[in-house]
Amino acid sequence: MIPEIGNFLLMLALVVAVIQSVFPLVGASRGNFQLMSLAVTSGRLQFILILFSFFCLIYCFLFNDFSVLNVAKNSNSSLPWAYRIAASWGSHEGSMLLWLVMLSGWTFAVSIKSRQLPMEMLSRTIGVMGLISIGFLIFIIFTSNPFDRLLPAAADGADLNPLLQDPGMVIHPPMLYMGYVGCVVPFAFAIAALLGGRLDSTWARWSRPWTTYSWVFLTIGIALGSWWAYYELGWGGWWFWDPVENASFMPWLSATALMHSLAVSEKRGGFKAWTVLLAILTFALSLLGTFLVRSGVITSVHAFASDPARGIYILAFLVLVVGASFSLYAIRAPKVGVGGSFDVISREGALLANNILFLASTAAILLGTLYPLFLDALGLGKISVGPPYFDVIFVSIMTPAIFFMGIGPLAVWKKAEIPDLVFRLKWLMFIAGTAASICMFFAGKWSPLVILGVFLAFWIISSSFLVFFERFKSVSQSTNLTNIGVCRRLPLGFYGMLTAHFGVAVFIIGVTAVGGYEQEKDLKMRIGEGVQVENYIVRLDRFAEIKGPNFDSTVGVFSIFEDGNFIAVLKPEKRFYHVQQMPMTEAAIDSSVTRDLYLSLGEPLQDGSWIVRVYLKPFVGWIWAGAFVMALGGILAASDRRFRKLREEKVREKNLV
Amino acid sequence: MKPRQKRFVLILIASCLLVVASVIVKNVFNDNLVFFYSPTEIVSGDVPQKKKLIRVGGMVVRDSVVRHQDNTTVSFIVSDNVNAIKVHYEGILPDLFREGKGVVAQGKLDQHGDFMASQVLAKHDENYMPPEVADLLERSKDQKILGD
Repeated sequence: MIPEIGNFLLMLALVVAVIQSVFPLVGASRGNFQLMSLAVTSGRLQFILILFSFFCLIYCFLFNDFSVLNVAKNSNSSLPWAYRIAASWGSHEGSMLLWLVMLSGWTFAVSIKSRQLPMEMLSRTIGVMGLISIGFLIFIIFTSNPFDRLLPAAADGADLNPLLQDPGMVIHPPMLYMGYVGCVVPFAFAIAALLGGRLDSTWARWSRPWTTYSWVFLTIGIALGSWWAYYELGWGGWWFWDPVENASFMPWLSATALMHSLAVSEKRGGFKAWTVLLAILTFALSLLGTFLVRSGVITSVHAFASDPARGIYILAFLVLVVGASFSLYAIRAPKVGVGGSFDVISREGALLANNILFLASTAAILLGTLYPLFLDALGLGKISVGPPYFDVIFVSIMTPAIFFMGIGPLAVWKKAEIPDLVFRLKWLMFIAGTAASICMFFAGKWSPLVILGVFLAFWIISSSFLVFFERFKSVSQSTNLTNIGVCRRLPLGFYGMLTAHFGVAVFIIGVTAVGGYEQEKDLKMRIGEGVQVENYIVRLDRFAEIKGPNFDSTVGVFSIFEDGNFIAVLKPEKRFYHVQQMPMTEAAIDSSVTRDLYLSLGEPLQDGSWIVRVYLKPFVGWIWAGAFVMALGGILAASDRRFRKLREEKVREKNLV
Repeated sequence: MKPRQKRFVLILIASCLLVVASVIVKNVFNDNLVFFYSPTEIVSGDVPQKKKLIRVGGMVVRDSVVRHQDNTTVSFIVSDNVNAIKVHYEGILPDLFREGKGVVAQGKLDQHGDFMASQVLAKHDENYMPPEVADLLERSKDQKILGD
């Protein structure tokens, strides 16, 4: 019964989505307020329908309804309940439904938070989101229905892939999807603005917080995925340039560029055509990501066995959406105008350079991701693009980008004075250079890449401090506020920028330290034997057998000594999952601020010894910490008062009445 | 400089940078392309450069896995049901590496024609077959039929 209700709700949602897109869009073009007013109502209704449909799916998983194909394939009665819930988005069908929940969730949020928008703009935005929703609803209902029945019902399910049975997997997909799908909001705003022919700084102001929030989710989602890969795959790597990772990273890069370009559009009215293009591009890349991951064209942990109809449908949808958007852009963009002029040496200049570099790296990653697929599709042989390609290209494109990141906030808008800028940059160079040499002195061993990384990190940090003090000084000179008063006067958006940039510095330090100083040892160990890595000794004490809910496990018990003192016991596991007959490596990690000690079990040998992998990874935690600091910066920036102002004014008016 | 000249110079600089960047990207890209070969292609000498990083895939032959006693080196034979090649690898094999299952190894050929793998890939699904390998076995089946 419940699956049928879920299915029925999806079909109702499709009907509502048609209403949500057709009537408001027609209404907006004819100036018919009655039709336009349908936008908000139908958008909200759609969210409720899809959400309840999703609850139906979760219900099926939670109560082990193995007469539902999706549940029978991806769950099992011995699976712990939290993973049964997570399993509802662990499969292809479920994850597409999650995609849709996010999409309608963002629509719902727009309908609530954007009351101050002109009616036409709001109904066009929600209408465009409805169109996207139609596309995905048809896809789900006809090619990937999560409520398809299995008759006769299975006695028990085939279980969730053990790799996905992890707390990280419970939160990684929802976060990532929030970000992925969130890119639809600036896209819908951009299309609505193009349709209405109105692209001004108010439009940029509306788009900014939405873009920033979806960027925040995307950042957290990617960071969680990377962290999960680090501790769950047992290889100790944090980024593999896997096509699936690239699929989420490309929209992130493009969204980052969009965020910065929107800043110029809002503050200076510039970059308008460019910003719209970026908004379209970002959403196109997130659709492309969905296509890559969900169509089965690439093989990875995420790609499930799937039929070609799905891939062709998503590809067709992608072509349709991107084609239509770019056509509209080509027709309307000349009317929009490019915005005010500026000198090359200015904040606009630095931001433009950053934008171009971000897009260049996106293009390079796109090339490396798609080229093997093209060759394969054309039957020209099977190849793969090695991670060194991505490493070399990404680092060399990002180095100047990070250099500009230090300059941008220091340069004034429109036209900066070169001598003045050089004078201030000289000091930054000096500080960053000195800091880098001091670090190198203490680290002992170094390489050019390590020097570059440390220099760039300190370049960002010192630039951020300089920006803060200059802004602080100028405010405190023009007012007679106390120091704390001045700090409170500075806008939240400014702190957000500083925080996010600081996060980049933290991230760079992590990447540099891991890349330059990590130690890896694969070795044979017997009980009682120890191995030394730097100033740590890892000793294998014994083995234990334990039983989990749906697996058996061999646990290695290791004692860790630092400079001869006992500090921790680590218990890496080799699990064996019954239902899927699949072994799994569970690494054990001892984390501290400055290093991770990472142990994972290989395989047992005939003579009773085991192959053990021991890693020492300095500062590895900083990689994810940096990403979270960036996300925090995004949250601060998006909560800036100025984005709420319009709404507050309206509320105040209401209260007065 | 007049604005027009300025713009011209800018465009010129930008184009030069673009050309240089494209050339660099192309070179790095070509250097890092890893081609996939079947054991048959390798045995028949179809691999152009011995020093280049390549991938080889097929089934791990049953009872062919040999672990060295003193270190973490392991050897096994990969076959496409027509020809076979010996693969050496140092380190921990992935969880789903099994005799009789599909595998893809990345590395270089040594002077004896053995494959020195730096990476062994076996994917995370019991029934999963790397598509390269599935494709390969399909083709070698056809070949065998033709041969018979």
